[in-house]
Amino acid sequence: MTERATAPAPVRVLAPGVASGEVLVLDEPLSFWGGLNPETGELIDAHHPQAGASLTGKVLVMTSGRGSSSSSYVLAEAIRAGTAPAAVVLAEPDPIVALGAIVASELYGITVPVVVSADPGVATGQGATVRAESDGRAEITLV
Amino acid sequence: MLGSPSLALSDDDRAALRGDRGEPEQLSMRIITRIAEAMQASELIDVTSAHIDGCLYHGRAGLDFARRLTGGGARVTVPATLNVSSLDLLHPGLVRLDADTAAGGRALMDAYVSMGCRPTWTCAPYQLPERPRLGEHVAWAESNAIVFANSVLGARTGRYGDFIDICCAITGRAPAAGLHLDEERLARAVFRVEGVPDALFRDEAAYAAIGHLIGRATGSMVPAITGLPDDTTEDQLKALGAAAASSGSLAMFHAVGVTPEAPTLEAATGGLEPVLDVTLDLSSLRAARDELSTVQLGAAVGSVSLGAPHYSAAELRRLAGLVRGRTLVVPVYVNTGRGVLAESADAAETLHAAGVTIVTDTCTYITPIIERATTPVVTDSGKWAWYAPGNLGFDVAFATLEECIDSAEAGRLVRDERAWGDD
Repeated sequence: MTERATAPAPVRVLAPGVASGEVLVLDEPLSFWGGLNPETGELIDAHHPQAGASLTGKVLVMTSGRGSSSSSYVLAEAIRAGTAPAAVVLAEPDPIVALGAIVASELYGITVPVVVSADPGVATGQGATVRAESDGRAEITLV
Repeated sequence: MLGSPSLALSDDDRAALRGDRGEPEQLSMRIITRIAEAMQASELIDVTSAHIDGCLYHGRAGLDFARRLTGGGARVTVPATLNVSSLDLLHPGLVRLDADTAAGGRALMDAYVSMGCRPTWTCAPYQLPERPRLGEHVAWAESNAIVFANSVLGARTGRYGDFIDICCAITGRAPAAGLHLDEERLARAVFRVEGVPDALFRDEAAYAAIGHLIGRATGSMVPAITGLPDDTTEDQLKALGAAAASSGSLAMFHAVGVTPEAPTLEAATGGLEPVLDVTLDLSSLRAARDELSTVQLGAAVGSVSLGAPHYSAAELRRLAGLVRGRTLVVPVYVNTGRGVLAESADAAETLHAAGVTIVTDTCTYITPIIERATTPVVTDSGKWAWYAPGNLGFDVAFATLEECIDSAEAGRLVRDERAWGDD
């Protein structure tokens, strides 16, 4: 059974794409550099409460990125290596996260949608589909 | 999003986007406009310099991107400095990378130099002779350099990441968004530092601890800090910003009475009511120190790592004064820029005589230099202490510089109770 959860909070597109996956809600922001091992997809930030979790294929829900400028590179590398999250849902826009997805799409034609949604309901499902169009239309469908 | 009517482009921007100036400019402008739209910028602005973080190797994606640019003959059009990389070209025996990664790292460095970037290989470009002035728009990447440019120099840069840094250097353009704009630079959080002893305030570690706490509390909000000494140095502000940009997403802070856009608290906040008002005291700083340490007082230590961000000439001199004539029983490493080292011959001679290993072009927490057998590592850097446990899997202790050197002499973690006020 599928439940629609697009409105009321608008979803903003930072990087287009369509992807589905199991929802993983991070309790704290994450810097992909120093926080994601692009070879394994593992969350390696020793300070993070979810250290050890696998981000691969997940619809990653987090308030924002953090820290290093290199996070865009590490996300692009994880996308290339096939270890990246399937989609990223942020509460606040983060250009460094968006950059990693945009550049991976330019280089490899692999899209990882990155969207901003202030709606906490995006985190309630077990799984979700993120649909982010390049014309700015976007929706998140919970499964 | 794409082709958004809210982003006004100049004729030159549109020409670049159409490909009139070749593929590298087209790709660069496409990435810049996509990010500009994501940040809801109304236009692009000229930048006078760029600092490039994309030259540090994290796998093939960065090299694929750089080669896409060099393959089209890309050249930077504004002065561009290069951040640390994964190799120390001046001391090649220090880095123990596998051959493939070392080759990838070297190829990436060469690609960026071939685009006309200056081989400065430092995370502290603000220590180089030419640096941006108050109000100047630049496109800097490297989180600590971004904070320093905005906060201490009063230059204006967004929080740029790898890839868009070189795009801005190639086009000379950047999104008019974020900290390029007056209203985004106003403080929304206030931190009042009270009751920190002078002995602790003389050391960069106090500022790193303050930065760590601010980064934890604010995320990306611009904070104003009151209570820092009037004579707070650039090196101390560097330590504060670097730690805050590691534990949080801080890209600018105001130190009231110290930094150029904060003569008063009212000037820093623009009269806006802060959404966060926090007092930091000595017990807060002790808590930060302990959060940044995975081993405690008396633990055996294996080495000391200093200089993250790269030590300035003044910091090298202070370190030289501290180690002169002492016997250090564990390895001590200090990271610095090749430009700073070139003008620090006296300090370098003292450091060599004391057995201190000087690392340039890279840093001990991003590339394998320190061996696991020589851990835990004591450091005076909040940034190093934050990242090393995850990046390197090492135990770490955060300490003042004097405690670092005392620990190197003792072979165990030494704390200065007078500085921290421990019972």
